[in-house]
Amino acid sequence: MKLNRKWINEEFVDLSHISDKEYVETMTIFGQKVETWERMDAEIRNVLVGKVVSIVRHENSDHMWVCQVDVGGEEPVQIVTGAQNVKEGDLVPAALHNSYLPGGVHITKGKLRGEVSNGMLCGLEELGLTLNDYPDAILDGIWILNDEDCKPGDDINKVIGNDDTIVDFEITNNRPDCYSIIGLARESAAAFALPMKHHEPVVKGSDAGSIFEKLDVEVPATELCNRYTSRMVTNVKIAPSPKWLRQRLRANGVRPINNIVDITNYVMLEYGQPMHAFDYRYVSSGKIVVREAEEGEILTTLDGNVRNLKAGMLVIADDEHAIGLAGIMGGENSEIMDDTKTVVFESANFNGTSIRQTALALGMRTDASGKFEKNIDPMMTVPAVERACELVEMLGCGDVLDGIIDVLNYVPEAKTVKLEPEKINNLLGTQISAEDMVKYLNLLEIPVEGDNILVPSFRPDLNHMADIAEEIGRSFGYNEIPTTELKLSTQGGYSPMMLLESKAGSLCRSLGYNEIITYSFVSPTIFDQIRLPQDSSLRNALRIQNPLGEDTSIMRTIALPSMLDILARNSAYHNKSAKLYEMTKIYLPTDGDALPREPKMLVLGTYGANETFFTLKGELEAIFAGLRVKKASYTAVNDNPSYHPGRCAKVTVDGIDIGFIGQIHPLVAQNYDIDGDVYCAEINFTQLFDLRLADPTYTPLPKYPTVTRDLSFLCDEAVTVANAEEVITASAGKLLRGVKLFDIYRGTGVPEGKKSMAFSMELRADDRTLTDADSEGVMTKVLSALSEKLGAVQR
Amino acid sequence: MKQQLEQIRSQALAALDAAETPAALEELRVSLLGKKGALTAVLKQMGQLSPEERPIMGQVANAVRADIEAKLEERKATIHAAVLEQKLAAEAIDVTIPGDAVVMGHEHPMNQVLQQIKDLFVGMGYTIVDGPEVELADYNFTKLNTEEGHPARDRSDTFYFTDDDSVLLRTQTSSMQIRVMENAKPPICILAPGRVYRKDEADATHSPMFHQIEGLVVAENITMGNLKSALVTVMKQIYGQDAVMRFRPHHFPFTEPSCEMDMQCHKCHGTGEVDGAVCSTCHGEGWIELLGAGMVHPKVLSGCGIDPEKYSGFAFGMGLERMAMGRLKITDLRLIFDNDVRFLNQF
Repeated sequence: MKLNRKWINEEFVDLSHISDKEYVETMTIFGQKVETWERMDAEIRNVLVGKVVSIVRHENSDHMWVCQVDVGGEEPVQIVTGAQNVKEGDLVPAALHNSYLPGGVHITKGKLRGEVSNGMLCGLEELGLTLNDYPDAILDGIWILNDEDCKPGDDINKVIGNDDTIVDFEITNNRPDCYSIIGLARESAAAFALPMKHHEPVVKGSDAGSIFEKLDVEVPATELCNRYTSRMVTNVKIAPSPKWLRQRLRANGVRPINNIVDITNYVMLEYGQPMHAFDYRYVSSGKIVVREAEEGEILTTLDGNVRNLKAGMLVIADDEHAIGLAGIMGGENSEIMDDTKTVVFESANFNGTSIRQTALALGMRTDASGKFEKNIDPMMTVPAVERACELVEMLGCGDVLDGIIDVLNYVPEAKTVKLEPEKINNLLGTQISAEDMVKYLNLLEIPVEGDNILVPSFRPDLNHMADIAEEIGRSFGYNEIPTTELKLSTQGGYSPMMLLESKAGSLCRSLGYNEIITYSFVSPTIFDQIRLPQDSSLRNALRIQNPLGEDTSIMRTIALPSMLDILARNSAYHNKSAKLYEMTKIYLPTDGDALPREPKMLVLGTYGANETFFTLKGELEAIFAGLRVKKASYTAVNDNPSYHPGRCAKVTVDGIDIGFIGQIHPLVAQNYDIDGDVYCAEINFTQLFDLRLADPTYTPLPKYPTVTRDLSFLCDEAVTVANAEEVITASAGKLLRGVKLFDIYRGTGVPEGKKSMAFSMELRADDRTLTDADSEGVMTKVLSALSEKLGAVQR
Repeated sequence: MKQQLEQIRSQALAALDAAETPAALEELRVSLLGKKGALTAVLKQMGQLSPEERPIMGQVANAVRADIEAKLEERKATIHAAVLEQKLAAEAIDVTIPGDAVVMGHEHPMNQVLQQIKDLFVGMGYTIVDGPEVELADYNFTKLNTEEGHPARDRSDTFYFTDDDSVLLRTQTSSMQIRVMENAKPPICILAPGRVYRKDEADATHSPMFHQIEGLVVAENITMGNLKSALVTVMKQIYGQDAVMRFRPHHFPFTEPSCEMDMQCHKCHGTGEVDGAVCSTCHGEGWIELLGAGMVHPKVLSGCGIDPEKYSGFAFGMGLERMAMGRLKITDLRLIFDNDVRFLNQF
C-alpha cells in the first residue's frame, strides 16, 4: 500500500516535522513495515520555473529560438529551444546546466549551431507527466506554466507536487483497514502518540429529486454481497479534476481521468472502500441487480476485454445483462463518458473470498479486488459514498439526489473484549499499568469503557486477550519488553534414528561421497527412464493435482532417479568423476491411510575412472560396518531392469531385503545421457535401523597364536565365492576364525570353463597352540567338502 | 718395553684417527687388540720381566689398552654418525610433493548450516523432531487457525493431492506444532526442521521446495520476554555476540502477538549505505530479516487440548535457505539443488 506523506500531513495528522527516515523507522517498529520509500523529487534536479524575457530567431536555424530566461537569478540565462509555442512573458520549466530529468537524463550546457544554450526548456513528458495530470497542457511543445501558481526561480518539483515522499507499506492481511490513507493515518498518529483529525463528510443535497424515484436495487446474492449502498448524482458536468486532487492521485500511482472517476478513486484511496460509478443511461429500467453470473455469461470489462463468466461469479446487472464484475471492474457498457449526465455511485461490501477467487480465475486482480479480498469493514460503505457526494459538490460537478439506498445483508455485531491487564502483562512479560493500556488503545482509536474494550468495526482482527496484548505490546514497543531468560528443565536431543542418519552421513563423507539434496517431486517419466516394469507397484505414486509442471508432478516412490539425474548433470558439467550420496525420503501410498509412509532411503551413486562394482560394494560394507549393521548378504539378481543383469545384487540383512547394489543398466545410463559406467546402491535406511547388532561387549584377546593356511582349488565357473565360503565355513569346524578370498585366476594351466580360487583361513584355539596336525586336519576336511559339494580339486 | 707400549699407543691413536670407515676401524681393532695384534704381542713378552717390573708394566699396558679401546669407541660413534648422516641425506625426499590423495566428501552446505543450528538448540534443551511432508490440511492450516478460504490455501500457492483439498504438501513446518502438541504434555520444547513446499517457480530466490526450521516452547508462564531472550541468545551464537537484533510486530494466524526478528546489517551497520551507495547486503534497509515468531495463539493451544489459561508458549520459524545463502554468500538458490560437485566441494 502506497501512501504520500503530504496527504496525511495536510488532512489527518501533521508529521511534517518528522524526517522521512524517522517516520519510516518508527512505523516499521510500530508494526507497519515499510517496504520501500522514495522522495518524489529525487529524479528531477535543478529544474526551475523560468520567465521568457525575450525570444529571437536563431541566426543559423529556421526553427530554433534563442530565449533569455529569468530563473530568479540576477541575470537571465540563455537557452535555445526548438519548440514553436513559446512567447515572450511565458513561464516555462527550465532545466539548467547540470540538471537531471526523469530516467536519469543529464542536461548540460552546450552550443546549438553556434549559440550557447545553458540548459533546456521542458515539455510535459520530459518532466514525467502526462495529459492526464495536466489536461490543459499540450504534448507538442514546451509546457507553459502561466496558469500554475508559480514564479521565476521556483523549483519545478514544488509546482508539480513532487515535494513529497512516497512510502510503500507491507500490510499484513489481518489489517484490511490499513489499505487506506485514513487507516495508515490512524497508525501514524498512534505511532507518534498524536491525536488524529477526522472529517465527517457533509452532503448539502439539491432539489434534483430523490434516488428512490429513479433506482431500484435488488441483491438476490445475499451470501456474496454483505452490503450494497448507492447514491446518485445528476446534472453531471464531466471535466478534469482540480489540481490538488490530480496530484494526490498521481502521487499514489493512480492516473487522473475525469472528475467523477477521479472521485471514486480518491475515495478508494482515502477510505479503502472501492467505489464504482455507472452511467445511469445504461442501467436498463433503472434497476440494479447484484446476482451470481450464469455459466457462459459474457461481459466486456472497462479494459476492453471480453470476459467469459462462470456460474457463481458475482456480477452487477441491470434487468437485462451484467454491467459490472462485482468488486473487480466495471463493464464497458455502463462506463462514464464525456456526455454522462446522471451517475450511480456504488459503495458495496462483497464477500472477500468470492472476489478473490473470481479475480484469480479471470486473471484480473485490480486495486478494488485486492481490497475486497481482505474483507474490509462493511460499515464503511455509507461514509465512503457520502464522501464521494461531498466531493461532487465541492468540485461543482453535479447535483446529488436525495436519499441513499442501502441494502444490508450482514452487519458485524458490536463486539467487546475484556481488558485484562494482568493476563496481558503475564503474556508479554511486562508491568504496564491499566491506565497506560487504555491510553495506548485510545491512541489507536479503540474506545475502552470500564474494563470493556469496544472493538471498532474496522478492527475485525481484535477478538481475544492475545489480540489486545499485541496492540499493547507494539504500542509499548516490542524492543522495550524486557528479555527474561527461559529456564526449562527439558533435556534436548536427537532421536536414535537421527543419530544413525548423521553417522551414516559421516561414514559416506569419509569414503569420499558428497551429499546432495534433490526435489521430493519428480516427473512420471522417471519410471520409464529407469525401465521399471509397467506392473511395478512403485508406479503407484501420489500425484499432485496442481503441480508447477509435469516434471514435478508426482511424489517419488524411489530415490534412484534423482541420483541418476544429478550424476547426469555432473557428467554434463564435464566433472570427470562423482561420488554422491543422499539420505532422503520416499513417499509410498498406503491403502486406507490418507497419508503415505515416508521411509528414508540412503542412495549412493558414482561414476569415474576408478569406480567399479567392488569399490562401491566395499564402501557399502564399510558403511554397514560403521553403523554396526548385522552381516549383509549379496545375491545376484538379473531381473532388476534398472541394473546390469550380470552386475547387480540384492542386499539382504537378517532375511530382510533392504536394497540393491550394482552397475546401472547401459540403457538406463543412456536414458540419462551418461557415458561410461555408473554404479549405484539403494538402501532402505528406515529398515536398516532395526537390523543393527546389539551394543558390543568385550571378548578376551587371543592368548594363543593364529595359524594362517592358504587353500587353492579349481572349480567350475558357476561356483561363486559365496558358495565356497559357505562350504569352507560349514566344514572347517570351530578352529576356523576367519576366511578370506585372496585370488581368482583364469588362464594358463586352468582349463576352459574352470577357475582357480584361493582363500586364506585363520585357525586358532582358545586353549592351546595349534599343531601342524590340527591345521592339516582342517585342510583335509575342507578340501574333501569342497570336492564333494562343489567338485573342487586342490591345486 | 714401556717405550714399545708408548709407541703402540701413539701409532694406534693416530691410525684410529685416520680410519674413515667401519671396516677400517674393525681392521685396526683386530691388528691392535686381536690375538695376533701388536698389543698382545708385547704383552706376551711380560714373562721376561722381573716380578717387580711386571705390575708396573702391566699397569702401563692396561692403560694403553684402555686408551686404544676408548679411542676405538669414540671413532666408532663418530664414523657411525657420519654414515647415518650420509644415509639420511641420501634418503631425503621432496616434502612438497602432494600426499597420497584421500578424498573426503562434503556435507551439503545447507545441512552444514542446519546441523550447527540444531546443535545449538539441542544445547538449549530442544528436542529435534521430524514429521510428515505429505500432510493433512487440518495440520497445515485448520488447526493453525487458518480458516477455509484463506489465501494461503489457494491452489495457486499450495500443492494438493485430493479434490477436497484435505491432503497437501505442507507449506510450513508449523504443522509440526500441532503434531507435537496433540501428542505431548507441556513442558514442550522442540525444534522441527524439514522440507516445505510452495507453488513458486524456481529462480534465484524461490524454489517450490525449501526448508524451514520450526521451534515451539509450551509451558507454564511463558512470556514474550522469554521468546525474545531465547531467540536473541541463539542468534547471537550464530551471528556473533555483537550482533544487534530488533523485533517488530507482524501477523501469523497461529501466533498472537506475532513478531518478526531482524538483525542489523553487519555491512552498513543499519545505515543502509556503504560509501554513499545503497548497501548490497541489506538492499538499503539497514536490517536483515531473520525469522518470524510469536506467542502461540490461545485457539491453537486449546485446539490441541492444552489449556490456554494454564499454559502459554512461543513458536518461531525460519527459512534455512535464506540463512545458508546469507552466511555462505550463495547468490542463487538454484545452486543449492543443482548439486554440482564443484559447488559442493567448496564447503
